[in-house]
Amino acid sequence: MASSILTILVFLPVAGALAMLFLPKERPGQFKWVALGTTGLQLLFALWLLASFDRSTADMQFTALASWIPTFNINYHVGIDGLSMPLVFLTALLSFLSIVTSWNITKAPRGYFSLFLLLDAGMMGVFVSLDFFLFYVFWEVMLLPMYFLIGMWGGPQRQYAAIKFFLYTLFGSVLMLLAMLALYFYTDPHTFSIITLIEQARTIDEQLWGIDMRILIWLALFIGFAIKVPIFPFHTWLPLAHVEAPTAVSVILAGVLLKMGIYGLLRISFPFFPVETIGFAYLIALLGVINIIWGAANAIAQTDLKRMVAYSSVSHMGIVLLGMAAVVSMNRGGAEAGINGAVLQMFNHGIITAMLFMLVGILYDQAHHRYIVYPDDYEDESLRGQLGFGGLATHLPVYSAFVALAFFAGLGLPALSAFVSELMCFIGGFSTFRTLTIIGTIGILLNATYFLRAYQKIFMGPANEKWAGLVDISRREIAMLVPLAVLVFWLGLYPAPALDIISVTMGNLLDIFEAAAAQMAGQ
Amino acid sequence: MPNFDSLAYFLPELLLTGLIVTIVLVDVMLPASKRDRIIWMLSLGGLAVTALALLLQPATEQSLFLGSLAADPYSRFFKWIFLAAVAIIIGISPATRQLDGSPRHEYYLFLIAVTFGMFLMASAIDLIIVYLSIEIVSIGSFVLAGFLKDDRASNESSLKYVIYGALSSGIMLYGLSLLFGMAGSTNVFEVQAALVQMPPKAYLTLTVALLLILAGFGYKISMAPFHFWTPDVYQGAPTTITAFLSVAPKAAGFALALRFLGVAFGANPDLNMGNWVPVNGVALGSLMAIFAALTMTLGNVMAIQQSSVKRMLAYSSIAHAGYMLMAAVVLNSQAFSAIMFYLVIYLFMNLGAFLVVIWVHNKLGFDEIAQWHGLGYKAPLIAIPMGIFLFSLTGLPPTAGFIGKVYLFSVLIENGDYLWLAVVGAINSVVSLYYYVGIIKVMFLDAEPTDETLEGQPAMTGLILALVVPVLIFGLYWSPLLGAVQSSLKFFTQGI
Repeated sequence: MASSILTILVFLPVAGALAMLFLPKERPGQFKWVALGTTGLQLLFALWLLASFDRSTADMQFTALASWIPTFNINYHVGIDGLSMPLVFLTALLSFLSIVTSWNITKAPRGYFSLFLLLDAGMMGVFVSLDFFLFYVFWEVMLLPMYFLIGMWGGPQRQYAAIKFFLYTLFGSVLMLLAMLALYFYTDPHTFSIITLIEQARTIDEQLWGIDMRILIWLALFIGFAIKVPIFPFHTWLPLAHVEAPTAVSVILAGVLLKMGIYGLLRISFPFFPVETIGFAYLIALLGVINIIWGAANAIAQTDLKRMVAYSSVSHMGIVLLGMAAVVSMNRGGAEAGINGAVLQMFNHGIITAMLFMLVGILYDQAHHRYIVYPDDYEDESLRGQLGFGGLATHLPVYSAFVALAFFAGLGLPALSAFVSELMCFIGGFSTFRTLTIIGTIGILLNATYFLRAYQKIFMGPANEKWAGLVDISRREIAMLVPLAVLVFWLGLYPAPALDIISVTMGNLLDIFEAAAAQMAGQ
Repeated sequence: MPNFDSLAYFLPELLLTGLIVTIVLVDVMLPASKRDRIIWMLSLGGLAVTALALLLQPATEQSLFLGSLAADPYSRFFKWIFLAAVAIIIGISPATRQLDGSPRHEYYLFLIAVTFGMFLMASAIDLIIVYLSIEIVSIGSFVLAGFLKDDRASNESSLKYVIYGALSSGIMLYGLSLLFGMAGSTNVFEVQAALVQMPPKAYLTLTVALLLILAGFGYKISMAPFHFWTPDVYQGAPTTITAFLSVAPKAAGFALALRFLGVAFGANPDLNMGNWVPVNGVALGSLMAIFAALTMTLGNVMAIQQSSVKRMLAYSSIAHAGYMLMAAVVLNSQAFSAIMFYLVIYLFMNLGAFLVVIWVHNKLGFDEIAQWHGLGYKAPLIAIPMGIFLFSLTGLPPTAGFIGKVYLFSVLIENGDYLWLAVVGAINSVVSLYYYVGIIKVMFLDAEPTDETLEGQPAMTGLILALVVPVLIFGLYWSPLLGAVQSSLKFFTQGI
């Protein structure tokens, strides 16, 4: 079991998707049950994995290795450590809950659910791959279902959103492909193994146009990952894709896909090229702070609730970047706080943003709009500038309570999960980039501004008669929110179990950076 | 090898010649109503026998007919590509509505004649044979492009093809004669031996000769700036012929050009060795790099603007020639194997895409992209394979097109001198996504689910599905194909 568990996690959804091809078309209701069963089983496996994960080692666990293409030295090599474990669990959890979220999909259900399962497999594959080629294949495989899910089941501008997402990410991917091939050919022996490349990549000694090849590879990888995160100025695909995607796909996009960019940086760029990363750390921190401020400022300006949540993701990913950049801190405590906080923040943001998108989706399903305030170019002139809702708290008490929880978690209220991880990121950032971090903390204020303002305008004040017909959330919707809410409280009050999983592996990464810093100082 | 002994190694070509003669004779004897059907079966049967002869041919490296042709695994590899392509094209022709009203039996005859020419192109090691084989292929192709006699576009296509063809083969012939003048021999190995000893004052002439010859090769593989005929010819020709031209003669052009450039312009033309170096005085690598960058960029930029699927695929085939030329910049054994590998994959994915165009044309009678609206719901068995072919042409995993591109990029990255070209190629892949996905968007994204269905044409549907199989399998496990390519990297080298 231990060596095949990851393979099962990755290929179980593929099996589910294939099974759907052979089910008769006449009973469209069965596809969601297959998807639910598949992801449910996957979630059980992921829970088992979490329970049997050894927290005391930074080594790869549950590894499996098989030769795939011997002449090109490509292997099927999977394994997880403290960096991938939280993300594997997050993927399994959010995939399962997304299927619950998609319960009312009626348009072409076979296509929708089978593509969703393929997406699930792709994401899982990215987080467990230890061979760069395999990693790349999974990374790309995920694009296809995502394109169709946004493009076929999305909102009015779905086609534009889908192609923009596709072109942006493919641009990043081809740069990553070139970087991957350069890593393969300029190391000796030629290898795609991520573990071997951690040792080998820094020995690359080539030049191109007078620039060190390692710097070029670092930059190519960085752009590839930055588009996915997304880091300013590569973020413009995100608001569009998030807004146009159906709810469950937004949940996956914000909850898991954005993490893949950060994961790539931490799994590949950082350990392969610690010296170059130290050189670029200030840039990462700077971009992180720009993300925080830019994302929050944009979120404030939005009239559409879903767009606001989308921009809040840009802002929160900036906090992760600031925490990551702290790996270069001379203060080991600060560096630890930063990097552990960054990984924890990835997980927490995944949970919170999933809640936010689900809640927006629940409102939209009933009201068929999600304006906080009707925009100035709204088609019905009499509504322009009017509140979209107002006073919903009076007759949707349960829904309002969940939104309050998600909003407070989003703005980083103490005792809720994001507070812990954001604080750690800022502590880490402060230990080395003081001015930047101080500027970045303004973002916390801005985050509070838009969340609280949106809450006030939608839920407080006099009840809007027009929306008196809305009914409070159903049991299915409560069921998909409760697990996330529990995690938000748990990791807010007692984050130690999660940090235990992360910290040993991240300590290992910090050792790499300490050695690199020492080597740079010695030269 | 003397002429008489050579015949044993020339059996596949002889069989094709026999097939051509038989078709001509049988054609006269048959009643008009049965001609198309019987000659169709005869052609496929003849091709099967040729394939058998090719299979049984000994895998040695020989020169035939006193040094005119090479019989080696390299040429045999390409002959398989030609046979596969021509068999598929002939196979679907009876079911192609566009050809109704045209004498299909003559069309088969010309296809087989072109195949014979391509066989010679893959083996040519003599300047005369180089020229003759290109002409055999071209003349047959001219007729085929204009095969729809009552169709203005087809006539225009044929005329343009003839004029461009005549011009470029004239230019090439001039280049070949310059080479002959410098070397005093028409045998490429003797040409090579002379070129390595050229004094610096001959370098200019040498470069001019190379450029003139590249005009001829470039015309066959539609390399920019010799590609101008491609879109119009591809659009006007019957779609089966477009599909054929975009795959088989292009592969033949690569087979000929790679061997010719590798041998004649190589300082150490032992093609089995790792690093290939051009003879002094020609900057072949830089030239090819510029041509490659131009070709793929022009092809992609023009493809974006097309509203006809057929014309878009025509431009995209120019772009694919550009991707393959990326590897031709280096010309070592990795480059040879990357291009050969890519050609096989390209055969499957491009023919597959064209078969879908034919399928839709048969059913609906047009190939404007806008009119493919909703095909994803109406004919999923066609639209989903089309999606796979298009993603493979873009180069996305898990399709074979991705692996093909990985190997092409690998050649440049391992070599390290032309990394800029790899970046250009990568950006071009992104650009190409835009227009390939445009078709997918029309088929799937623009439409709403419908109960309307388009069915029928089971044989062609089956063939389309069969072409999906290698596109997916080689995307996940390509070792067998790579092994076949690498065992075919054996050239006749005349004792060098």
